[in-house]
Amino acid sequence: MTTLTPQLPDGPGDLHGLMAEYATAQQLLDAAGQAHRAGFRAMDAYTPFPIEALSEVICDHQKSKVPLICLSGGVVGALAGWGLEYWTSAIDYPMNVGGKPYNSWPAFIPVLFETTVLFASFAAAIGMFLLNGLPAPYHPVFNVARFREKASRDGYFLCIEAQDGMFDRSETRAFLLATGALEVNDVER
Amino acid sequence: MSVAATPRLGVPPIQPPVDPPVIAPGHSPASVGDKISSVVFGKMPLWFYVGMAVTFGGVMMLLTALTKLVFTGIGIWGNNNPVGWGFDIINFVWWIGIGHAGTLISAILLLLRQEWRTSINRFAEAMTLFAVACALLFPLFHTGRPWLAVYWLLPYPNTMGIWPNFRSPLIWDVFAVSTYGSVSLVFWFIGLVPDLATFRDRTRKLWQKKVYGALAMGWRGSARHWHNYESAYLLLAGLSTPLVLSVHSVVSFDFASGQVPGWHSTIFPPYFVAGAVFAGFAMVLTLMIPLRKAFGLEDFITPKHMDNMGKVMLVTGLIVGYGYIVEIFTAWYSGNIYEWYMIHNRIFGPYRFIWMSLILCNVLAIQPLWFRQARKSVAALWIISMFVNFGMWFERFVIIPTSLHRDFLPGSWGMYYPTRWDFATFFGTIGLFLALMFLFVRIFPALAMFEMKGLTPDAIVKEPVRG
Repeated sequence: MTTLTPQLPDGPGDLHGLMAEYATAQQLLDAAGQAHRAGFRAMDAYTPFPIEALSEVICDHQKSKVPLICLSGGVVGALAGWGLEYWTSAIDYPMNVGGKPYNSWPAFIPVLFETTVLFASFAAAIGMFLLNGLPAPYHPVFNVARFREKASRDGYFLCIEAQDGMFDRSETRAFLLATGALEVNDVER
Repeated sequence: MSVAATPRLGVPPIQPPVDPPVIAPGHSPASVGDKISSVVFGKMPLWFYVGMAVTFGGVMMLLTALTKLVFTGIGIWGNNNPVGWGFDIINFVWWIGIGHAGTLISAILLLLRQEWRTSINRFAEAMTLFAVACALLFPLFHTGRPWLAVYWLLPYPNTMGIWPNFRSPLIWDVFAVSTYGSVSLVFWFIGLVPDLATFRDRTRKLWQKKVYGALAMGWRGSARHWHNYESAYLLLAGLSTPLVLSVHSVVSFDFASGQVPGWHSTIFPPYFVAGAVFAGFAMVLTLMIPLRKAFGLEDFITPKHMDNMGKVMLVTGLIVGYGYIVEIFTAWYSGNIYEWYMIHNRIFGPYRFIWMSLILCNVLAIQPLWFRQARKSVAALWIISMFVNFGMWFERFVIIPTSLHRDFLPGSWGMYYPTRWDFATFFGTIGLFLALMFLFVRIFPALAMFEMKGLTPDAIVKEPVRG
């Protein structure tokens, strides 16, 4: 079934894509698989909870870059922690404490460990948000009324974006309807 | 060798015990979200306002006590010369311990794929944050003039040109606790973002849309976002796991690296960590049982959760009890008169009632948890959890002032009596903690909605064939 969305004048600039809504997570996953096999790549699915299989299809089986960012953060944290301890205790103000060496590395491990965890965690968190392009005060998908109503509650959406090379307004709409969509809406920019 | 289920002749096959579900049957993603949101968007019952008023009174008492302290000095507390660490450090260690359950539930149980954690992790993480905030007040104000104390706590270039001593466990503690607080906050916030987006889309009030919308940062549930999100969430869990074990270990180093009999012991790190988890689970139960009842969340916090939390409490409690036995054994086996006197003084000295209360609360009171009937009974669990809350506080008292008040030289012995300001500060932090919990359930989703939705039957999908 189609809905009566106002038809916009054809033009590449005013359309973000076409958004199909599905009744269940399984239907969305199947539809995303079909779209992937049909060759669509510039697309995104929207679900109220993570579905690992769906993310794999949408991300074209690419691995997330978050672990690498997290590891880099951890390495920087370890170096920063030990650097801080070494510089303050052995270079800037060397002080004899209980006859221990200036670079008392065994005693420096707890702080080094904490800075490693701190930097790695913040790198993972901030890296995740940056990779996702968040915070994003505006995004075209929110122009679809059904999306605002359902996406974060119990809606399952698939959006094929206009920037995809294979995108054609009427053909893509027909394709999405054929995958079992409840309705297909234009996503205005 | 195969151990497949081939029933032996004459032996009836063993029926697996019926496992109560993590989430009551008949729920869909929509019903889970609506039920949990209704706690915030529904009308608050009268007891909420009464509770908020009482706990807010506690916050005011805390502020009064701290103001008096800052104007007068820590002489208003009972700390004295042999007993330099009194209520301030007892309460610090007690609060930090309570916080540990949150991270254990959110991180370690996630890595162990314990699905039941999902309905209690958000709440327990909030508890962690508020407990750490209460804990930090104590060492901070124990310095008397916190604004002058930063230079030996935090490494920053100051006018005296000196730096903290990184060989000292007290500095490790500053780093451990502040890292723990920061990482817990990040973990908690990351978990909240998708749920805040749900609130943003649900609320009809513009100002609420703006506030929740700003906090949700434009989250839209994109599969690409979930991909990175899940990765980050798992990494944070992996990082928090050694972190939470390190925090109470480092706290225990404050004692273990000292020479005082009763402190100088290698059993402290594991014993403290087990005690922390023990105390934390007790506090989760203490708060969760009334909350579940008050907001009708029995479908999400099921008998399975109660049962499992009871088991964790029993296991960690037994480890703590083992710690008490080992302390006595070590003191006897060392042949050191100071160590042996310390144990004698704990059990028969002037603070013997505290030691007896400790054994009653932490060792005897938890024994009913061996039985399924006790773990099934909400009332029994709540009463046992209250015993443990008190018991863990007594444990800190036994370790800190009882060890300090009589150490090596009888000439320097003394007694420690907390003052009314000690009690005002302590009860004040309990008020602060509970007031923050009240605000939390009023403002934020107390249960992780998106994770709960992922446990409903609707969320189960068949993996497509890769290709």
